[in-house]
Amino acid sequence: MPERLRRLLLQVLAAGAALLAISGIYSLYKVIGRALDDGQRDWWFIGTFLPRSTDRDMPPIRDIISEFNKPLREGGPELINLIWDASLFTLREALAGFVLGVIIGMAIAILLLRSRTLEKGTMPYVIASQTVPLIAITPIIVIWGRKNFGFLPWEWQDWMSVSLIAVYLTFFPVAVNGLRGLQSPDPDAKELMDSYAAGWWQTLWRLRLPASLPYLFPAFKIATLASIIGAIVGEISAAQSDGIGYLILDFASKYSTGPERLYASIIGAAVLGLLAAAVITLAEFAILVRRRQATRS
Amino acid sequence: MNRFLRSCLTSPWFLPLVFGLAGLLVWEIGLLVINPDGFVLPRPTEILSELQANWDEISQASRNTGFIIVSSLFGGVILGVVAALIVTRFRSANEMITPLAVAVNAIPIVALAPIFNNWLGLTSPRSNQAVVVLLVFFPVFINTSRGLTNVDPNQIELMRSLASKPWTIIRRVRIPSALPFFFTALKLVSSLCVVGAIVVEYFGGRQDSLGSKITTYAGFTQYDAAWAAVLAGSLMGIALYALASLAERLAMPWATRQS
Amino acid sequence: MTETTKDPTSQSQGAVDILDLNKIFLPGNASQVIALTDINLSIAPRSFTTLIGPSGCGKSTLLRLIAGLIEPTEGSVTVNGKTANRARQDRDYGMAFQTASLFDWRTVRKNIELPLELLGWSRADRRKRTEEMLELVQLSEFVNSYPRELSGGMQQRVAIARALAFRPSLLLMDEPFGALDEMTREHMQTELLRMWQETGTTVIFITHSISEAVFLSTQVCVMSPRPGQITAKVDVDLGERTEETRDRDDFFDYIVQVREALRS
Ligand SMILES: Nc1ncnc2c1ncn2[C@@H]1O[C@H](COP(=O)(O)OP(=O)(O)O)[C@@H](O)[C@H]1O
Ligand SMILES: [Mg+2]
Repeated sequence: MPERLRRLLLQVLAAGAALLAISGIYSLYKVIGRALDDGQRDWWFIGTFLPRSTDRDMPPIRDIISEFNKPLREGGPELINLIWDASLFTLREALAGFVLGVIIGMAIAILLLRSRTLEKGTMPYVIASQTVPLIAITPIIVIWGRKNFGFLPWEWQDWMSVSLIAVYLTFFPVAVNGLRGLQSPDPDAKELMDSYAAGWWQTLWRLRLPASLPYLFPAFKIATLASIIGAIVGEISAAQSDGIGYLILDFASKYSTGPERLYASIIGAAVLGLLAAAVITLAEFAILVRRRQATRS
Repeated sequence: MNRFLRSCLTSPWFLPLVFGLAGLLVWEIGLLVINPDGFVLPRPTEILSELQANWDEISQASRNTGFIIVSSLFGGVILGVVAALIVTRFRSANEMITPLAVAVNAIPIVALAPIFNNWLGLTSPRSNQAVVVLLVFFPVFINTSRGLTNVDPNQIELMRSLASKPWTIIRRVRIPSALPFFFTALKLVSSLCVVGAIVVEYFGGRQDSLGSKITTYAGFTQYDAAWAAVLAGSLMGIALYALASLAERLAMPWATRQS
Repeated sequence: MTETTKDPTSQSQGAVDILDLNKIFLPGNASQVIALTDINLSIAPRSFTTLIGPSGCGKSTLLRLIAGLIEPTEGSVTVNGKTANRARQDRDYGMAFQTASLFDWRTVRKNIELPLELLGWSRADRRKRTEEMLELVQLSEFVNSYPRELSGGMQQRVAIARALAFRPSLLLMDEPFGALDEMTREHMQTELLRMWQETGTTVIFITHSISEAVFLSTQVCVMSPRPGQITAKVDVDLGERTEETRDRDDFFDYIVQVREALRS
């Protein structure tokens, strides 16, 4: 384990160093830019290939950090609280989408496992589904959701339509990797189950599903990010005003009055993505590492 | 004739074609029956006729977005591969940087679009390109560097025993064993960059791009036209994916040739 | 308790009776393979039969036919007086393969319990039997290890324990020691013979090694390829095997006999 520990330590250090380096480069760029600006303005590549170093275009890091503690309005909640609430809202959308997407993805994988014909006939479409920018028509999906889900026992809300976008992005990696994982047991293992006269479902439950886990975790990681991106972009496109995506859009449109806020909200979204990835990685670690199963992507 | 029929039936295209046509038919007829004037999800024929009606606009928008997609795809892939080649030369750099890239890849990169818009111009294609390049870069970099380090140690020793130079080992052993990893990423980003480019156009970019066309159509409740633009986007994605698969086949005949 | 222990001696006929068996893969197809022709074989209860022959001569195919995993093209396979398929449904078989085929996600204990779970045994019964089996293969201290934490020989012993856990009347083994080094292999042979004597199971065993075949078996079936046939049956009578058996003259005589049968 010390080797693993050493590596982990190295990576934490690297992450810290990277953060410092990025802030350093950012600040240094501002300093140099400021110095150059004092001399001659209007280099052609500034503002086209490289950002301007004004406080408007590149707010100082100090300002971004202190912005977290400031309220938007006099007496209102601090920005960090706004970002926190919005992130939780987006997380809920993403989580609902993730869970449903994993269920649908596994159902598809199992269906295609049962029938070679179905696999051959529909696999190209499963792949093609990911080229459809459905995420771009979230407003239509929201309207469609309002119209068509009246039969559900609960009241359909717009954020659920955003979750549907997350479902659409999530099911795919799960279905594809899941199918490969379900097909991964070697012939000996299958014959072993046959020799016990185990039924199809017994073989699925005791052999194929556990064998698919090393393939599923990489898919879950992709799906986690996909569900969060789906939720963020879905919110933006559907003008779902409670999530972090909408917050980003809002601050982007009011950029001139507070560039730091946009930066802060984007940092919030980044932290959300990182935390979700960390959770899924921990789960993978807990489940696979003790068994010394290597993940397969 | 019989022979012809048999080769049709056993062709790998046969089943997908049958399922595709059946799916389209169910979609068309199903909507015709349950929801003849439903305008939120149009029938395939309605989408096609709308594509024809708006052909000039949609094809112009596809060209504009297509330019961003293709240029950023190239840029991101080349940067990703070059970075992987450099980083994997140094073992400890690789051990630190690749996990870092994995972490960065867990960040919703499209959310950076507004920042790049402010930096490089709201309507300039360069800000869109910058975001899509980043979107493409990370999966390619991560997978390629994994592939380059994921080699059979025996093969390296074999090359060493033949007194091969480091570059020869890279060329003859590391690159071939990285190919499957690289192409996995290439296929992933070939569809990802289309969706990404369209989404980034939400935040800014040219007015005659697919992303803003879809928004405009949807805003004016021209849902059929919005779907037609979506169709144009996915056709580009399918084309790029097909190209990536073709390249994979040509580059790795040993792994992809069907017997 | 749903004990399925069978007493093979109570059967009037052999444990396995194979009559005029042919097996053709993909018959009628351009790429058809005639895997086995004219197989006639009778295996006595509690005997130890070895199938030996070059790669591709149909040993595994014959074993899978006996296990009821595939159907013969012609002829019949009778196991304990039933069809092979019936015997499989009745859980008459334990199987072991060249790869130990342990499930990575199950501990040693859970791997051995797998067939017992499928038979619907209670938790307590499963535990009790697993302890017994672990003692038999001398791995008691590894109950809670995962397969990846064990050496190849230990994994193979767990696989054998799993195969024997529900006391099947037949143990079918397809090159189970093929991937082991010579030292471990000889040790495992002795262990297997001990377990065979303790449990009274009928064993059918595939190997490439002539000395292994002779050392283990009461009957060696020599097979030849294209088409797969049994060309000779050698009855081996070496009495109780010990490590000294390997140095005995009659042991070498049997080896020569089998080698000659393989050459012809
Ligand atoms: N499922 C199958 N389909 C077609 N041919 C098969 C199949 N299984 C085995 N064979 C063929 O049958 C022959 C015997 O194979 P096998 O029983 O595995 O040989 P052995 O175990 O003696 O090495 C080989 O030529 C093999 O290619
Ligand atoms: Mg074999």
